[in-house]
Amino acid sequence: MSAGTENAASFELVADDGAPLLEVEDLHVEFRTREGLAKAVNGVSYSVRAGETLAVLGESGSGKSVTAQAIMGILDTPPGFVTGGAVRFRGEDILKLPEERRRALRGASMAMIFQDALSSLNPVFTVGWQIGEMFRVHQGMSRKESKLRAIEMMDRVRIPSAKQRVNDYPHQFSGGMRQRVMIAMSIALNPALLIADEPTTALDVTVQAQVMDLLAELQRESGMGLILITHDLGVVADVADRIAVMYAGRIVETADARDLYAKPAHPYTKALLGSIPRLDAKGQDIAVIGGLPPTLTKLPSGCSFHPRCRYMRPEPCQTEVPPLVSFEANRGSACHFWQEVLDGTDR
Amino acid sequence: MSNVDPSLVIPLDPVAVPGAGDRPRSLSQDAWEDLRRNPIVLICAAVIVLLLLMALFPGLFTHTDPHLCDLSNTRKGPSGHAWFGYDQQGCDIYSRTIHGARASIAVGVLSTIGVALIGGIFGMLAGFYGGIWDTIVSRVADVFFAIPFLLGAIIVLTTFPSGNAHSFWLPVSKVVIALTLFGWPSLARIMRSTTLQVKEADYVAAARALGASTPRILRVHVLPNAVQPVIVYATIALGGFVGAEATLSFLGVGLQPPAISWGIDISTAEAIVRSSPHVLLFPVVFLSVTVLAFILLGDAIRDALDPKQR
Amino acid sequence: MAPTDEVVLDVRDLVKHFALTQGVVLRRTIGAVQAVDGVSFQLHRGETLGLVGESGCGKSTVAKLLMGLEKPTSGQAFYNGQDIFTLDAGAKRKLRRQIQLVMQDPYSSLNPRMTVADIVGEPFEIHPEVAPKGDREGKVKDLLDVVGLNPEHINRYPHQFSGGQRQRIGIARALALRPEIIICDEPVSALDVSIQAQVMNLLEQLQDEFGLSYLFIAHDLSVVRHLSDRVAVMYLGRIAEIGTDVAIYEHPTHPYTQALLSAVPVPDPTMRGRRDVIRLEGDVPSPADPPSGCRFRTRCWKAQQKCADEVPELVERAVTSEEFRHASACHFAEERRIIPA
Repeated sequence: MSAGTENAASFELVADDGAPLLEVEDLHVEFRTREGLAKAVNGVSYSVRAGETLAVLGESGSGKSVTAQAIMGILDTPPGFVTGGAVRFRGEDILKLPEERRRALRGASMAMIFQDALSSLNPVFTVGWQIGEMFRVHQGMSRKESKLRAIEMMDRVRIPSAKQRVNDYPHQFSGGMRQRVMIAMSIALNPALLIADEPTTALDVTVQAQVMDLLAELQRESGMGLILITHDLGVVADVADRIAVMYAGRIVETADARDLYAKPAHPYTKALLGSIPRLDAKGQDIAVIGGLPPTLTKLPSGCSFHPRCRYMRPEPCQTEVPPLVSFEANRGSACHFWQEVLDGTDR
Repeated sequence: MSNVDPSLVIPLDPVAVPGAGDRPRSLSQDAWEDLRRNPIVLICAAVIVLLLLMALFPGLFTHTDPHLCDLSNTRKGPSGHAWFGYDQQGCDIYSRTIHGARASIAVGVLSTIGVALIGGIFGMLAGFYGGIWDTIVSRVADVFFAIPFLLGAIIVLTTFPSGNAHSFWLPVSKVVIALTLFGWPSLARIMRSTTLQVKEADYVAAARALGASTPRILRVHVLPNAVQPVIVYATIALGGFVGAEATLSFLGVGLQPPAISWGIDISTAEAIVRSSPHVLLFPVVFLSVTVLAFILLGDAIRDALDPKQR
Repeated sequence: MAPTDEVVLDVRDLVKHFALTQGVVLRRTIGAVQAVDGVSFQLHRGETLGLVGESGCGKSTVAKLLMGLEKPTSGQAFYNGQDIFTLDAGAKRKLRRQIQLVMQDPYSSLNPRMTVADIVGEPFEIHPEVAPKGDREGKVKDLLDVVGLNPEHINRYPHQFSGGQRQRIGIARALALRPEIIICDEPVSALDVSIQAQVMNLLEQLQDEFGLSYLFIAHDLSVVRHLSDRVAVMYLGRIAEIGTDVAIYEHPTHPYTQALLSAVPVPDPTMRGRRDVIRLEGDVPSPADPPSGCRFRTRCWKAQQKCADEVPELVERAVTSEEFRHASACHFAEERRIIPA
């Protein structure tokens, strides 16, 4: 219990030199399965600053969740193994830290919320108990005190009648309320970084809007960094400052939100944007991305996207993995023909 | 600037999921591949085949008549003439052991079939129809459950004794009936439980949406998907039934002399175990190996069929 | 094929209440979950009617009722002049050939122990009058081709296909009997974004090719808009608003529709801050204990006493733009543009 108290409340959120809060550098994660070696993360690098929202966009199999799990240190090992790279939190490579130090960081300095609150919350403990646990474990608070703080947190995430509901169990809350409980747990200790893994995918759209509003407000108040992992291009457009698009375990494009939607520089991003139906338009043809998502145990040679790419040419797409080329401030693309894509030459 | 070569146009769905093989492979076939390669499975399968042969064609293994007992040979140890030696009565133990396989295998196999049929059908119907049928079947099963398995079998067999009949099948049938009577509830419960799960599956709703009749749904959709745990349980239960037969014969309520059974041999050998351990040893070893083979096989099948490991 | 005026399915006052029971031996009814409470709409030939709403609104229950998977508490649905709920067993079976279903989850809607040939061929087994025995394999291969799958894969098993491909198998199965109406219950929700477009395009193509009418049920408003000619918005078992896609999306008059449109994120960062922001408070009430009168009143910013006393009828209400008149169930319906032009 005492190991956690050192990290408790006193730290500076604002990075004075503008250095990133979290820096992921060339991360590699593999899964050893009976079907073979699944390369879930293949050299992923991104960073988040305090007060910033980075959206990590990708479909299933892109490796976006696995990366987050590796950052938090909650990867299922075995079968998952971090086989390379570094994760720097405030300059310190946390992959090299002993497990107790990582555990102290978890919850207090960096927190994570998940898609399905019902399975992330323990059904046999009250909501107040679970939120209070953060205070008891990391700050050595008494039960009475931690319960009071739990009510405070529930108020902060706008759960009505917090004082009565603190003694309720998770199943007595609706989906949206449960998600708020999870958010309350995660921000209880004022973490510098919050990772949200598909936090609203399982929620109705009106509830989703409420929860996203809440996250934005909490971020504004506390200045924490937020990594939002999702596949929803609409949610990303609403809240992200910067976006990293992932495909088959690699980052294929990074950009500011406006740039990405207006001028994509990677064929996958471009195709994705063209394939989603929009609320405000009808009758336009939605472009189709042919083929299938990649199998992680048998990745295509060269660029993983080449079997489905309109811009593909056998040389070099099938033979050379395109590096993430940074061509502007905050802009990068991992495509041999990024200039063509950017210029909009339609193929 | 560049024209896309039409040969590069990607067809919509060129292949199925890569890595799934080019041949159609059902889940059962996948399981079969796993089992084929498991050394334990191969050993167990070999043992079981050997036992089946012993039960069906004892003549392949021995030419000695198990009933031909010469008191002058009493309790002689293993030798060139009699590989396992002689028992108290001077009977060739090897020959008796080989012939004893028939009773064990017969009871084991027939009881398993009986339990699978009765338990399986009632369980599936109870699970699928629910309501009053479920209540009736479940409560009846509970009643049989409450009676300890062997105790119930003993009571049934002592109430209807077989006497010293020289036939083989009459006492065997009695034992089979007794075991089936108390064994079906376990299987019914398993089948009911899996049926309940399968019943809720989308593909069952889809079949109903197509207009499928209930018998068709049961036969084509529910049964093949609910039967897996039953197969596992039945294989393991077979081993249990073999053991149960031996126990009942040991106690004198199952098969009785002149019928030949490992249980009977163990019973008579028990008295002289200190002086002539070889008399007890061989039937016990055969019994244990048989039971073990079925149980290990059942375990391996369960692991191979486990969808979570796919 | 453009939608015509001919009505193929006429649903009137459909009601489904699920009884809540208590007790193990003797069951007492202590209440009812009012999943569907008076739903009426018409489906025209060649049309796609989108049925949209959040969880608990009853849209999936409507699908189950129309497919005969559940029995309605009351209400009628007319197909070919006959109420499908009053047909005898034989006629009901024949009806299955005209109204079919595509389900949401590609991973559980196909029997894992059957080959694709068996799955897509099952309709022919159940309705042998549609295809003579020798013909069936050929028909199955044709169907696979029509949905964009390789006919040579006819003997494979579902787990050898991806999610999008399995969904196509489900569509092929639904098409086998050449139905007139297909009810699509969230057909793309469980698929990856890049695959959703494939399946949506396929559904569109098939509608043109075979002259199908779709009842398209979904929670994703963007997807619904893309495919639908008309849209019905459901809330807590009732239809709140129904009209053409332009009327609903650009001239909504019911507060719930407006809130819904305001909440859907649009993939365009330049729209940030430009949309009308409406945020609903609180949770959806329980369908076992719905509010009296208008069910939306507990979360509605316009609610007044009338809303609690009188159930608002789903009727045409005057809106500012005459050409976009459509039915809305709100006493204080008022057009409000949510999505900027």
